Amino acid sequence: MKVKTLLLMVCLAAAANVVHAANLTLLNVSYDPTRELYADINRAFAAQWKAQHGDNVTVQMSHAGSGKQARAVVDGLPADVVTLALAYDIDAIADRGLLSKDWQQELPDHSSPYTSTIVFLVRKGNPRNIKDWPDLIKPGVQVITPNPKTSGGARWNFLAAWGYALQLPGGNEAKAREFVKALYRHVPVLDAGARAATNTFVQRGMGDVLIAWESEALLAQQEFGKGAFEMVVPSVSILAEPPVAVVDANAARHGNAAVAKAYLEFLYTPQAQAIGAKHFYRPRLAAAAQTSGVHFPAVKTFTIRQWFGDWRQAHAKFFADGAVFDQIGPGH
Amino acid sequence: MRKRILPGFGLSLGYTMICLGFIVLLPLAALAWKASGVGIMGLLQLLDAPRARAALMLSFGGAFAAALINTVAGFLVAWVLVRYRFPGRRVLDALVDLPFALPTAVAGIALTALYAPNGWLGQPLFDHGIRVAYTRLGVGVAMVFVGFPFVVRTVQPVLAALDREIEEAAESLGARRWQSFLRVILPLMLPAILTGFALALARAVGEYGSVIFIAGNLPMQSEIAPLLIVQKLEEFDYAGASALGAVMLVFAFAILLVLALLQRWSRRWAELPA
Amino acid sequence: MNATTIPLRQPRRSRRVLHLALILCAVGFMGLFLILPLATVFVEALRKGLPMYLDAIAQPGSLSAMRLTLWVAAVAVPLNIVFGIAAAWSMTHFRFPGKALLGALIDLPFSVSPVIAGLIYVLLFGAQGWFGPWLEAHGIRIIFTATALVLATMFITLPFIARELIPLMQAQGSDEEEAARVLGAGGWQMFFRVTLPKIRWALLYGVLLCNARAMGEFGAVSVVSGMIRGLTTTMPLEVEMRYNEYDHVGAFAVASLLAMLGLVTLGAKTFLEWRHRGELAAHAPGSH
Repeated sequence: MKVKTLLLMVCLAAAANVVHAANLTLLNVSYDPTRELYADINRAFAAQWKAQHGDNVTVQMSHAGSGKQARAVVDGLPADVVTLALAYDIDAIADRGLLSKDWQQELPDHSSPYTSTIVFLVRKGNPRNIKDWPDLIKPGVQVITPNPKTSGGARWNFLAAWGYALQLPGGNEAKAREFVKALYRHVPVLDAGARAATNTFVQRGMGDVLIAWESEALLAQQEFGKGAFEMVVPSVSILAEPPVAVVDANAARHGNAAVAKAYLEFLYTPQAQAIGAKHFYRPRLAAAAQTSGVHFPAVKTFTIRQWFGDWRQAHAKFFADGAVFDQIGPGH
Repeated sequence: MRKRILPGFGLSLGYTMICLGFIVLLPLAALAWKASGVGIMGLLQLLDAPRARAALMLSFGGAFAAALINTVAGFLVAWVLVRYRFPGRRVLDALVDLPFALPTAVAGIALTALYAPNGWLGQPLFDHGIRVAYTRLGVGVAMVFVGFPFVVRTVQPVLAALDREIEEAAESLGARRWQSFLRVILPLMLPAILTGFALALARAVGEYGSVIFIAGNLPMQSEIAPLLIVQKLEEFDYAGASALGAVMLVFAFAILLVLALLQRWSRRWAELPA
Repeated sequence: MNATTIPLRQPRRSRRVLHLALILCAVGFMGLFLILPLATVFVEALRKGLPMYLDAIAQPGSLSAMRLTLWVAAVAVPLNIVFGIAAAWSMTHFRFPGKALLGALIDLPFSVSPVIAGLIYVLLFGAQGWFGPWLEAHGIRIIFTATALVLATMFITLPFIARELIPLMQAQGSDEEEAARVLGAGGWQMFFRVTLPKIRWALLYGVLLCNARAMGEFGAVSVVSGMIRGLTTTMPLEVEMRYNEYDHVGAFAVASLLAMLGLVTLGAKTFLEWRHRGELAAHAPGSH
């Protein structure tokens, strides 16, 4: 009797498996500011996949700081795809053999479907008259930016400031170092993440200027009412390219390789690009920006490849233990 | 041998050991093993870094200061709750345990909202030039919050059990009230006070959830040691993080040990006049 | 006024002033450090009105976080009850070498930073940990699942019940148990008929505190959770997430649920104390 019941249960389970085989679950491990973006993307992708293949795709999301997420994946968080703030974090996962080391060649545009840049958010009326990078180190100005050790966005902020000083006429390493060091002297709070920094600036009323992703600045303007805050675009900034990749080892094990790849490729379609633009990420397709109705101001940008080689080199030079940030960051 | 009359020695001790082994000892062994990866030199180097030293100083110094404040305030609250009757006493008594029950992240967000320059308390304080949130003071406030119940809850029962006749005898012998307090009550209370102090200290040293929101997290200034551990992890420096964690654990344990010894000594001392 | 609190001499005016000042000091301190933060939670949660508040709570994210939190507590707390009773029984009724060390080990989780409490399980069960690779080869995953949340929660709350029971059982001694044995009671019979009734209120008190802490733990679970929304986010993590989504009302709404849970716990505790003063008295955590 017992054996029979057991057999029956096994059969039922197997049958259930066949019936529900068309239910796919994908885990996308991402960083903090992309919650709203991927909520929309996942809905659109699920609809498209259902139409094309008849299967239901549920994309589960995990959001936290980019570095923390990379570590979680290395420690066994079963991500099928990672969509992080900077390439170094995916490099770190690749170093553990979970995906190919040349993952950046897998998808167009260095595997980065959207871009953003680094801008300033100031209080209503711009009382401190912040126009460009040098204004941040004027006496008495307080700057809010998160900790580059724990926040991916903060690393882009750091490199944007460094690159600005470097590209000035007569700019060099020593001058860039001086400028960034001076900048961090104006930082009263070093939050762990980009969102925490925005909360400190917006909700707690700390600081005169927030250095932030353009997408975050535009979102904050929208969330907290136009006019309460103003976005200031500096003369030159960095082209931030948040990358995406399939974690091959996990996706293969879950039997999700095909859908994971399709998911990331979907990001490059006009539909997904328009969703990205709606959430204030600069799409790679110029047309998508126009249809979204979001105005992305013209910014002169430089890429990480232009001044810093690649993310591995930038990380080793600036953010590793005992590297430049540890030498010139706050408290020095 | 009386003990053999009662059953369950093997079962209860066995279960206790298994539980402790799996939940506490084995994981901590993994920590020690990982920490040993940095070696003695690595450990010294780690502790020699000004930033690590500053963070450890803040975690331990802040916890020490907070425990001191909690000892004074906690004793006062326990005294008031035990000795006086007033409306709302029971409510006040219940609220003492609030920090046990309120999640640390919630406490952190609430304290930050309260003490930020635009908060209810932060605003008037800021107008007087006192900044609490995003400074070391903020770290202290959060640590006072999490450690508060320990002193009250250790002092309160002992105070309640204290025989009033001893005090009254002292007073009838001509001792002034403050004299009887200093010479009679305080010595008798010392073991309980030290226990409360030690527990409040141990709790505050490792506190993360509530401190992280209200501290400015600036290196060398308002960065606590657990945050440094988190940052080491972000750099995939598991050995360094483990080593720092192990150092904190050893420090905390050493402090608890010293206080336990002090307590034993004070208990003996307290018994003399009694 | 309660008879026991009236000193032999009638309070003089100066003394009454002193009493009042001390009471005001105590109330002021607690107001500043405990009551105001609590009030902040509710004020912020209700800032946009009751409908928004209810709406924020009814979201699927909050509901699944509530379910998970209750589930984790429902597993961790009973395991800790058995541990607490076993530890207290062996610590108070028997003498054996290493007893002091055992006592210290039971208290150890109190002095471990929550961050480390999370880290140690990553070191054990992470993909690069001691058991991670073996577990993975056998298709078992512990880290970043509810199991890891239970483990981390158990670690944090391990001392709560034992600490509550040890001083009480020490004070009660073993005479009644021994009498029951002499009269022929079996081991379990003795436990359920004699021991358990003696300790039940202290046990319940310990369970309440343990439960409140288990549901509210943040630092340790945030390290081992993996933050998969709907799967591994507990209520405290949901609070942080909402806060990071600029959903202020939502964050404080979920926080207020946790705070209410804490208040209910405290209310139940006060009720217990009121009903069973004798059995509970004088055995707060750490009084041994």
